[in-house]
Order: sequence, then structure tokens, then C-alpha cells
Amino acid sequence: MNPGAAPGVLRVQLQHAYPEGLCLDLDLELALSGVTALFGPSGSGKSTVLDCIAGLRRELRGGHVFMDGECWQQESSWLPPWQRGLAYVSQDPNLFPHLSVGGNLDFAIRRARSGGPTRGQVCELLELDALLSREPTTLSGGEQQRVAIGRALLSYPRLLLLDEPLSGLDRRAAKACLASLVTIQRELELPMLFVSHQLEEVQAIADHLVIMEQGKIISQGSLFELSGRLDSGLAEDEAAAAIIEVSDAQDDARYGLCSVTVDGERLWIPGSAARRPRRLRIPARDVSVCREMPQNTSILNIIPATLEGTQDTGPAHCLLRLRLHKQYLLARITRRSRDELGLSVGDSLYAQIKSSALLQESETR
Amino acid sequence: MSATEAQALWLTLRLAAISCVLLMLIGTPLAWWLSRRRGNLAAFIEALVALPLVLPPTVLGFYLLIALAPSSPPGRLWQALTGSQLAFSFSALVIGSVLYSLPFVVQPLQQAFRAVPPSLVRVAATLGANPRDQFFSVVLPLTRRSFVVAAALGFAHTIGEFGVVLMIGGNIPGETQVLSIALYDHVEAMDYASAHRLALGLVVFSVLLLFALYRGGGWRISR
Repeated sequence: MNPGAAPGVLRVQLQHAYPEGLCLDLDLELALSGVTALFGPSGSGKSTVLDCIAGLRRELRGGHVFMDGECWQQESSWLPPWQRGLAYVSQDPNLFPHLSVGGNLDFAIRRARSGGPTRGQVCELLELDALLSREPTTLSGGEQQRVAIGRALLSYPRLLLLDEPLSGLDRRAAKACLASLVTIQRELELPMLFVSHQLEEVQAIADHLVIMEQGKIISQGSLFELSGRLDSGLAEDEAAAAIIEVSDAQDDARYGLCSVTVDGERLWIPGSAARRPRRLRIPARDVSVCREMPQNTSILNIIPATLEGTQDTGPAHCLLRLRLHKQYLLARITRRSRDELGLSVGDSLYAQIKSSALLQESETR
Repeated sequence: MSATEAQALWLTLRLAAISCVLLMLIGTPLAWWLSRRRGNLAAFIEALVALPLVLPPTVLGFYLLIALAPSSPPGRLWQALTGSQLAFSFSALVIGSVLYSLPFVVQPLQQAFRAVPPSLVRVAATLGANPRDQFFSVVLPLTRRSFVVAAALGFAHTIGEFGVVLMIGGNIPGETQVLSIALYDHVEAMDYASAHRLALGLVVFSVLLLFALYRGGGWRISR
């Protein structure tokens, strides 16, 4: 039996050299659960991989696609996209201009697999009720994208493919859309494959991460693990940040803060415990280190950490990997500071985290 | 209006209507195919379709006359199947009209199909629509207006043709004598009053039809 034909996984193996220079060469195995993000710079081949999974690139002969034990593409056999039971949301909402919003949703319902979410359920999740009778061209970009996501959900896909779905939106609309996707994932337990070159988006939604560069996979693994590493390919990103799991949120209503526990230490973050923060994104640029416990500082969050490694990320800066207890933080400091403090692996330090930086906490799962 | 003129009018309308239906049936898949392909074969077929735009109608009519003659294979086949001669028959007129008006139907449709964003068709495919479904539920509604344009142009152009009809249909009242040829007959017979009546009628009809088309958006793709 072909090892790709295992149930519960999506196996994509591709080899294809484009005349323009991109050379795709990858072998990817994804669990059909949660959110997997394909992350990498533009032109790294992420969208092509998605197209192959959707069956939109028939010309790519070198490789195969197996979905949950079924062969979708191998040598001359190829399952057309309309039989794959997928849905695809791209940067452009691609709403059918001859149909109203409701008509766009019905288009998907009429062709959907059975057993999916109801129209009412999806409209509630994405707040589409007020838009149903509108024409797509009268909607804002964010509204159009919500309709596109709703339409995709109503086809009850086995896997939802998202190709940079937020990059056409302004910051606010993108944030709202991202929050909707997180809610959808939680409510409908729909496996998603999310392509993006925005690290913040990816870290807000993904469980698994596949990092691509120039048509190849350079690393893959859980979001928590890869985010705290120096060699995963994420460290060079301007937005490099560690993702840590937190628990036991408690309000400090007097100051509009809530405290959470991270590996036995308390952290203060803006917001309310009612939002049940579980996952915290801590940007490396908002973390600094001291040799001794600082006194009389405005920084609320100071926790002991051990230096596990450093890596230069440019002419002036370097990145530190800091172990708390089980979890890891990243800190971006100047190379000069590192040398003046004489930092070396194994040193016991204090990590200072600006609380205001933790606003971007995401409340997933 | 004389009895022969009434007969010619009825024949003309019948010819235009039948040709128009056939044109849409042949032109739609042809235009769809041409809109999806690029390459030598497609360009060659496109050139063949466009020929009637540049050739004198008599050239097309001449070759059709030869092709449809009782001695030619198509002519013989037709005779064997129907028992009647193909050249100088109403059926020959229909064949000639369809070929002659083909570019007027294929070109607007082809342009309209090319203007449908491929991404919309792809989305329909991922939502579970097979190619037939994609065509009828996405492409057709988006190009509806161009279908009206194509059908109207095909119809009007068939009414306006002369050369091909004369070459392959002759001038048999009730069988192949259409309005444009009846008009020619009147002029030959120096019956200018009748000629005026027919000519003015055709002008008014054509202006009205084209006006209605252009007012409704003309060649633009409808949304």
C-alpha cells in the first residue's frame, strides 16, 4: 500500500520546476485536524501547493495528492476539484456578481455535502443576516470576505483552504475576520489549511506550522515549538514572537488588567479574565533581559529565565532564546548589549516583558 | 404589399429565425472553445470563422454552390437522405446564412466569455459545480447580455444578406426569394415604388433593432 494513502492525513508530494525559476520540491503530510499554516515569503510556492490540493493545477504531473486514504492525483489520475469536497477562500472574495449575498450562500448549499452547518448557524457565526439581500458590489471588503468564508463553510468542506484571506483587508477588518475564523474553527471543528506571509496572522490561528522557502519546506512542527526556536526560519521575521500557553486567568479590575500563570509565574496582561486567554503572543522586540532582578521599574512582568541560545538577526540585533520552565521566550536585543552583558548560554537572567505589548493576545481554544 | 412580397417577407423571417437558432447552437460551444484556447489551431479556426467579414459574399456563395451541387458528395448525401436537391433550396439558404453570419455570433460571445474572470469559475468548481454547472450557473448569467447581442446580430445579419443567397438559392419565389432579392427584382423591373417600400422597411427594421441593442448596453459585458 502506498504510504500516502493513510486515513486521517493529507499527503502532498510535488516536484515541478517552473520556467520562471521556482522549483517546487516537497513532501508534506498534514493531520486533518486543527489549523495548519503554510508560512513563507511571497513566491515561495505556498499558493501553488494549495492549488494542487484543490485540483486547480492539473499540469503539475510530478507528484501526488492523497486525502484521507483517497487518491486525488497520481500520475495520470486526477480527481476534478468539484469532486474533492474542498472549499477555497482566496485574497479576492470572488463573490458571484449576478447573485445576491443570499444567492451566493445558496449556490454553496445546493452543491454541499450533507450534514454540514445550517445557513442560520453560519449567518450567526459570521454576522451575515443583515447582508443577505444586498448585492456583493455594495459590500465593504471585510463584509465581502465574510460572505466568501460563509459560502465556503456552507459547502461543508472536508478541508477549508485559505490563501492569504486577510491580505486584501485593512487592519481592523483583517482582525475581525481572523477572530471569526478562530471562532469557526472552534465551533465547527473544520480542518483548515491557511496560507500567509504574515507571522502575526499565522500565530493567532495556527496549531501546526509548515515553513516554506523557494519551493521547499524548511521546517515544520507545532506552532508553540517552532515559534520559540531560533533555527525555524521565523527568527529572521521582523514580527518574530514566542507563543506561550497560559492558564488560571484572574481579574484585577481596578487597573483593567488580568493575571495569568505561565510555568508557575504570574504575568499581568491588559484585558479581562472573562475572555479566557489561553495563548499569549510575546513579540521578541518587547522582551529585554537583566542579570539581576531590577528594582523600581515600571515593567510589571519580570520573570526568571535561562539563556538557551542566541542568533544574530542582522548587523545590529540578535535574538535570545530564553527558557522559563517548560516554555520558551524570545528576546530581541542589540548585539552590543549582549556583548556588554557578557551573555553566554546557561546564564540565569530576568526577562522583562512590556505588558502593553501583550494586547495582541488571542483567545483561541 | 403584393403576395410575392408577403411570401418573401415570411421566407426571410423564417430563414433568419432558423439560422439564428442554429447559429446560437453552433456558435456558443465554438465561442466557448475559442475563448479557452490559445494556439495555432484556435487561431486558425478563429480565422476561418472570421472569413465572411472580409471575403466578398459571392466567393463564399460560389464555393457553397459547388459543395452543395447534386454531383458533390454533400449534395449526393442530402439527395439520398431527403430525396430532394440541396442547391437552390431553402435548406441551402440556411446553410449559407449560418456560415455567413457565424462571426457575428461567435465574436461577441467569445469576447464575453473571455471577460468572465477565471477565478469565479474556479470558485464554482471548488464549491462542487462540474463544468456544465459552471457554464449554466456562472458563465451564462454573467454573459446573458452578450447572448442577446449575438442573437440579434445573427438574426439581423441574416435578413441583410444578399450575395450568398443569390449564389446558392437563386431567386425562386416561395422557396429562396428573400426580401433583399425581391428588392433587387423590383429595381431590375424599374418598379421603384415597390423597391422604396421594401428598402425603407428594411432600413427602419435595422435601425430599430440596432438602436435597441446599443441602448441596452451594446457590446459591453453585462453584470
